[in-house]
Amino acid sequence: MSGTGPRENVFATRMALTNTKLRLKGAETGHSLLAKKRDALTTRFRAILRKVDEAKRKMGRVMQLASFSMAEVTYTTGDISYIVQEQAKLATFRVKAKQENVSGVLLPGFDVDRVPGSDFNLTGLGRGGQQVLRAKEVYAKALETLVELASLQTAFTILDEVIRATNRRVNAIEHVIIPRLDNTIKYILSELDEMDREEFFRLKKVQGKKKRDAGKAEMQAIADEEDSEVLKRLDEQQEPTVDLLSSKDADIIF
Amino acid sequence: MEGLFFNVNCGFLEGIVRGYKSGTLTQAHYASLTQCETLEDFKTQLSATDYGNFLANEPSPLSTATITDKATQILVDQFNFLRTNAVEPLSKFLDYITYAYMIDNVVLLITGTLHERDTHELLERCHPLGIFDTMPALCVATNVEELYQSVLVETPIAPYFRDCLSAADLDDLNIEIIRNTVYKAYLEDFYNYVSTLGSPTADVMQNILGFEADRRTINITINSFDTAELSKEQRAKLFPAIGRLFPAGNNILAKADDIDQVRQVCENVGEYRSFFDNSASAQNNGDLGDLGVAAQLEERFFRMEVHLNKLSFLQQFQYGVFYSYMKLKEQEIRNITWIAECIAQDARDRMHDFIPIF
Repeated sequence: MSGTGPRENVFATRMALTNTKLRLKGAETGHSLLAKKRDALTTRFRAILRKVDEAKRKMGRVMQLASFSMAEVTYTTGDISYIVQEQAKLATFRVKAKQENVSGVLLPGFDVDRVPGSDFNLTGLGRGGQQVLRAKEVYAKALETLVELASLQTAFTILDEVIRATNRRVNAIEHVIIPRLDNTIKYILSELDEMDREEFFRLKKVQGKKKRDAGKAEMQAIADEEDSEVLKRLDEQQEPTVDLLSSKDADIIF
Repeated sequence: MEGLFFNVNCGFLEGIVRGYKSGTLTQAHYASLTQCETLEDFKTQLSATDYGNFLANEPSPLSTATITDKATQILVDQFNFLRTNAVEPLSKFLDYITYAYMIDNVVLLITGTLHERDTHELLERCHPLGIFDTMPALCVATNVEELYQSVLVETPIAPYFRDCLSAADLDDLNIEIIRNTVYKAYLEDFYNYVSTLGSPTADVMQNILGFEADRRTINITINSFDTAELSKEQRAKLFPAIGRLFPAGNNILAKADDIDQVRQVCENVGEYRSFFDNSASAQNNGDLGDLGVAAQLEERFFRMEVHLNKLSFLQQFQYGVFYSYMKLKEQEIRNITWIAECIAQDARDRMHDFIPIF
């Protein structure tokens, strides 16, 4: 009974039993809480998965548009990359990080922060400035999509990791800890029962022995008593058995 | 009288240019180019034209930039052939064509120098037509004064820079303004020069340069809307003092605040009236608003430029053909790049947005 599964190495005492029972209860509460957390995370995960899919498709389209607008710029103005690179001093497109709490998991999120104005307003002043502006806008949009995708992707990875960990924990509690505690309890109970029986048997034995001893003593006492009576009687019998006729009493003068 | 002796000095070169011109891509070429599925096909199609196998030695993943570079190189070679065979005054006229590229190169070098870039990397990016001997020395300059005194004073574009010496320091904003100021001076100077050449060169070239000036004026106006960096007085200084819009139109444009005012100015010139006729483009770019109109405008400018340059081939015994050939060829290179880009990015619906020349 107690040897059917792994159990904890405890002394089978009532104290340990109480402790183990408490722990089992704790483990069960923890299990249900973790299961809830897992469900919540999975819901969130699915939502993010769908969004990631959308964002990725969108990114494909937007990036194509963006690189095409760049082609338009090249068509009208020629190569402006150098001038733009050199004139860009201050980032107008910034990414801000924030944190979001989903059932105890901190998900980093990224926010776009666009500073109006730009360093290369006058690029292509004489020719193609509008194309440059447009390319800038389109690329800014593409970047926004990228940023969105980045935060989704990060959330996706982190959630994935956390869900795995939670799953592991839930399974560990369900399949390892709870059975082990169960086993321990069973073991303790069986040990205690065993001890009870032993104790009972011992008591019985003691009682039996005591009884036997008592009986013996009584018998002895009875025997003793009988003995002494016999002796007494013997004593009593011996005196009259003295042959007065055959003995001569000195006191008797005749 | 000009026609009588023109061929003595320039007949050979004019013949060459007209020969080159007949080598430009035709509608049929463009039609077959737009059918290409990959850049390799594109290369094969191009090899059937006057470009020959100019891409033969390029490694296999062909980039559009390579195509542009190689095509430009062919144009540069042609130009250099013309330039070496030319005599006064055609040689001076051809030099004037290169000044525009020189200005771009100088500005590029200044920009790079300001940010302490590697000189060799900068020199590679310069347009081959605008290279001059003292160009590498530009990299040492730190302000306009020094730049002018040490390097530019030796070059033919020195007079153009004289006007903007007042700009105290070289910073990014100033550079773009300097570029436009210098370009304005260049256009005016070129205009005056072709005027001295007399008819028919003057007739043809004044038309083209006037349009170029107007185009810059309109562009500068539109591009400087909503920018605090360029005040209206500064804007007015960047407008070339030639062209059909000068002076009345330029004055209005200098004060213009939105695209409608630009439209009104253009209404006054018959040829430019169609630029803002956006009935056809409204549905294409409806959501883009002013930006769409302006983008459309650029394309119409190109069409107009091609049209004017084509006209110059109708006149004989004049230098305009050389300038026009260069411009048309540049447009052709842009077209090739555009089609190549469309093929590379798989954007077939936009592929026909180029401007066919002949």
